[in-house]
Amino acid sequence: MSSVLTDELRQKILAYVPRYPSKQAVTLPALHIVQDALRCVPLEAIREIADLLDLSPAEVHDTMSFYGIFRDKEHPLGKTRLWVCRSLACGLRGGDELLDTVCKKLKVHPGGTSDDGKITVEFAECIGACEGAPAVLIDDEARLNLTPDKVDALLEELRR
Amino acid sequence: MAEFEPVLLRRIAKKASPWLDAYRADGGYRALQKALEEMSPGQVVDAVKASGLRGRGGAGFPTGLKWTFLPKDHPGPIYMCINADESEPCTFNNRILMEEDPHQVLEGIILSCYATRAATAYLYLRYEYGRGYRVLQRAIDELYGHNLLGRNILGKDFHLDIFLHRGAGAYICGEETGLIESLEGKRAWPRIKPPFPAVEGAFRKPTVVNNIETVACVTHIIDRGVEWFKSMGVPPDPKNPRDAGSYGPKLYCISGHVNNPCCVELPMGITLRDLVNEHGGGVWKGRKAKGAIPGGISMGIMTEAEFDTPLDFAGPGKVGCLGLGTAAVTVFDEETSIVDVLHNICRFFSHESCGQCTPCREGTGWMLKIAERLRRGQGRLEDLKILEEVGDKIGIMPGTTICGLADGAGWPVKNAIRKFRPEFERYIRSAEKSSLLELVGGH
Repeated sequence: MSSVLTDELRQKILAYVPRYPSKQAVTLPALHIVQDALRCVPLEAIREIADLLDLSPAEVHDTMSFYGIFRDKEHPLGKTRLWVCRSLACGLRGGDELLDTVCKKLKVHPGGTSDDGKITVEFAECIGACEGAPAVLIDDEARLNLTPDKVDALLEELRR
Repeated sequence: MAEFEPVLLRRIAKKASPWLDAYRADGGYRALQKALEEMSPGQVVDAVKASGLRGRGGAGFPTGLKWTFLPKDHPGPIYMCINADESEPCTFNNRILMEEDPHQVLEGIILSCYATRAATAYLYLRYEYGRGYRVLQRAIDELYGHNLLGRNILGKDFHLDIFLHRGAGAYICGEETGLIESLEGKRAWPRIKPPFPAVEGAFRKPTVVNNIETVACVTHIIDRGVEWFKSMGVPPDPKNPRDAGSYGPKLYCISGHVNNPCCVELPMGITLRDLVNEHGGGVWKGRKAKGAIPGGISMGIMTEAEFDTPLDFAGPGKVGCLGLGTAAVTVFDEETSIVDVLHNICRFFSHESCGQCTPCREGTGWMLKIAERLRRGQGRLEDLKILEEVGDKIGIMPGTTICGLADGAGWPVKNAIRKFRPEFERYIRSAEKSSLLELVGGH
């Protein structure tokens, strides 16, 4: 049977094992590695991670489903994940309006992906970039002072 | 007071290179060298204890004392967990330290591990700090290449590995036992204490959990001495035997409706008003402030009339706030609706409650529902009473939850109602509606 995880992904995951006294501690690194590569964590990948780490698939799924960051196969990420911060410091400086603008321009609700598959929009709770509110995360890099007039240029950039 | 010179932000202020050569040229790793050559681990613990350093992550627990809770003569392993989950809304000081001066942080971690005899440190970094992750990994790689990590550091009988461990977007991982559970690969449900992590922590072994800014302070305490650290800040209140004082420099974050949102380093104890006016550039658009959160949203809310409160460990509590928290101040101006502020805060905690304890899981959900009702113009006066009641009944303090998330969720709610009651009543009576209601994704 063919496997969802390539040899390269397996090696990447196994490289984390010596860092911890328990294999279970590799769960989060493994989920990140898989999602970065596949843009989601399919059920088959959960089984294969469990095999690699001597866990029950239910344990891996339990951890995965606790954290808001991981996507199942039915809800894969687009090429880029754009998080718009809506917590207090950003909210006071237009974070909610920014999220509204981005969603309308891409014709999606938070959590959705643009039709061309390029951009997944999410709301974020405080991303710790409050000196540059309103701020967004582009995958895992913050972009500060993203006022609505800069949205078109940003979306253009992310669609390239 | 003599002109204060920043220490934690010293290299960042002059835009110094974050990498090892430049850090060493600025005196970096001098403190580590000194500790390894002249001090026993116990002497490092004693110095940190004597300095009065209290944890910068939010709870303000004395760092040296925390270290002494580790069992004596434990055969090991002992683990160090560095809490870089910095998820308290409006807080970004740790991010700046890690991104801009990683070696200052790493030197503090190495010193803290030497003191506690930990041979492995896990730096638990929130996923959102991707830049910090890449900067720290490069800095750690430099250290392995220069015998400052790994086996026999600087030729001594001292071995240490530091591993970065990325989180996955959950506020609860900032709670120290939630962090440990998450590190172990599980859902981040905080543990019932005792046992405290010092006795049974990560992987069931003795563990210390320290914040990034806290360990950065350790570097300077060893380098400059205990007296230097105690020369600034606020000494203990002689009338309060339980007050441990508020010594040392502190990173304050300023955001919201100010002209110059920023992170600034000052001796502990500046008032919120001076912080906003002298460092935050004053309230924006020529307006007045209506209020502020003093140390992350979980610490509650101060009214403008309370802005002369000193931001030390004891100050915010004197005006009914929960504490200093992360010393992250967010100002909202006189035109801001307190209902919108309340809704934003309730939405956060409802989203981030881990769901383990019923009062928090249900209470945060109900507080959000009521806040939503208020902002739709459908609030009832008795809703204010219900909000106060829920706010008073969830948390460690009333004794209904395992961790402090619920205290932090309830505090701003009861502060808001009690300190801004006339505005809430006016809003309800006039059936006012929030201007944010129709926005996509606003719920």
